[in-house]
Amino acid sequence: MSKHSRLLLVALAIIVIAGLIIIPMNFNRYGLYILSQWAVMTIAAMGLNLTLGYAGQVSLAQGAFVGIGAYGAAILTTHGWPLISALGLVIVICFIVGWLLGYPALRVQHHYLAFVTLAFSTLMFLVFRNESWLTNGIYGISNIPRPEIFGFPTRKPLPFYYLCLGSLGLVTLAMWWLIRSPWGRAFMALRENPIRAQSLGIDTRRYTLMAFAIGSALGGIAGVLYAPLTQYVDPVPFNLQLSLDLLMMVIVGGSGFMLGPFLGAMIAVLLPEWLRFAEGYYLMLYAAAVIALLIYSPSGILGILDRYLSSRRTQAASALRAAAQSKLEAAR
Amino acid sequence: MSNLLDLIVAGLATGAIYALVAVGFTLLWQTSQTINFAQGEFVMLPAFLMLAVMHLGAPFWLAVLVGIALSALLLGLAFKMLLVDPMLRHGVLPLAIATMALAIGIKEVVKQFFSAEASPFPSIVPVGDVSILGRAISLQSLGVLAVAILAVVGLTTLLNRTSLGHQMQAAAQNPTVARIIGVPVERMILLTFLINAVLVALASVLITPIYLAKFSSGEVLGQAAFIAAIVGGFNQVRGAIAGGLLIGVVDNLAAAYVSTQYRAAVPMLLLILMILFRPQGLLGRAEERTV
Repeated sequence: MSKHSRLLLVALAIIVIAGLIIIPMNFNRYGLYILSQWAVMTIAAMGLNLTLGYAGQVSLAQGAFVGIGAYGAAILTTHGWPLISALGLVIVICFIVGWLLGYPALRVQHHYLAFVTLAFSTLMFLVFRNESWLTNGIYGISNIPRPEIFGFPTRKPLPFYYLCLGSLGLVTLAMWWLIRSPWGRAFMALRENPIRAQSLGIDTRRYTLMAFAIGSALGGIAGVLYAPLTQYVDPVPFNLQLSLDLLMMVIVGGSGFMLGPFLGAMIAVLLPEWLRFAEGYYLMLYAAAVIALLIYSPSGILGILDRYLSSRRTQAASALRAAAQSKLEAAR
Repeated sequence: MSNLLDLIVAGLATGAIYALVAVGFTLLWQTSQTINFAQGEFVMLPAFLMLAVMHLGAPFWLAVLVGIALSALLLGLAFKMLLVDPMLRHGVLPLAIATMALAIGIKEVVKQFFSAEASPFPSIVPVGDVSILGRAISLQSLGVLAVAILAVVGLTTLLNRTSLGHQMQAAAQNPTVARIIGVPVERMILLTFLINAVLVALASVLITPIYLAKFSSGEVLGQAAFIAAIVGGFNQVRGAIAGGLLIGVVDNLAAAYVSTQYRAAVPMLLLILMILFRPQGLLGRAEERTV
């Protein structure tokens, strides 16, 4: 990438971030709620993007981890724990459970793995619904408090939105660092060619489990934010559909691209809101839009951009080659 | 103990319907690596098509025939041409996601243009009991079982005894070689999509009188069919049949003997154990690992 286009990219990023901070200031309650939801779902989708997009392991359980996170936060904060310690505990739990869920991935792949994780999702939903002593069953847990961050209360929608946005920023930085670290390269080697990765001395076993564990922990973080966002947690939002939706976000945005989950979550959370004018037809339009997009570009939205950029790069390269060729011939 | 037999018969009847759906599911997987997440919705839709035809004044038998034909057209031909063909070469996952979106679309269309409420659906088998060896057994269960067995026997005869069936199997197992020896692979793949569409329409006729026609009824059914296909063996038609019957019986027994809350967990645990210890399924062959 040239220096010029890098500068352009940084400027664009700053404009987008400033926009995300300034524009919502005069949003109403509902608009802020939807935007906060977008930030939360983006975090969960980033976790799945690590497991699926970078390490190549299909998982239909990400929604269950959001559920574990949400219930963890709901139960602990209604018992007087501060949200930050609930977050710590949830991360540890999701990391361990995700690690264990990774074991089947060492034995089976692709659609089999998808179905093991699907079964896990369904089992977790049953636990949320049936273990009333812990989760209050179908009645759910209400009056979940919103936290105070460094003495600032986040009871109002705008401060809470900033909390979600700030968390998204931190998670993004951590992810950016992780992907560029040797670990990120090992994950990608796992996706591209596991056998070659192994022959190069990468402990594929450990990295597969790690991909599941870190991805699941991110799902847990999203859940911890989800509970105080809605201030009410019941089993219904954490059924299999959430896992399918998160998978859809990753694929539609562009799996294996850093920014894919941002766009995917935007399509999944914001597009239905924009289609509200169509009333009863909005989910139909949404489904049609997703299908049309995937037929046009199976690698998602960022796949279109990627194709465009690489074709421009090839054109530029062939133009350079042609110029060099004619110069050579002139010299001869 | 006395009602164990009843439970097993009822379980076999539901299981036979699961088997029909699971067989179609595995056929699509074998011939074109399509994981159809809308398979449950494919079962739900034909019932509504038939209700719509009956609404126009057609008798039930005609509505069933028209419904099956429409299903072959929409869920077979159009599904393959418009969705599967353009996406197939880009791998399994985008196509699977597209079928998820299709499932949402079908549900919403039915909810919007037909009804969000459950509608009754006429049964092809008269309601009542029949006495066998001094025990009353539901006529409906027996009828469902009979139709499903006929369909499955018909399909396996087609696959194993006729030249057409052999060509289909060849196209599924090794398309390149099949093409070399003159099998019209494309036509064979289209045929499996049509067979799947007819099978789901048949399952729709059989199951809707029991559970009513509702836009959301495909979810449970689709999942049961997935589990049946995996438990039985993803790459074998007879595996899917065995898996369907097993899941039907296990599900029914779990409803009776396990707590109602965790009834749904039993097939899932079966699925997890199966994948961990015998991933090729009860009757399946191991899929070779490609480097």
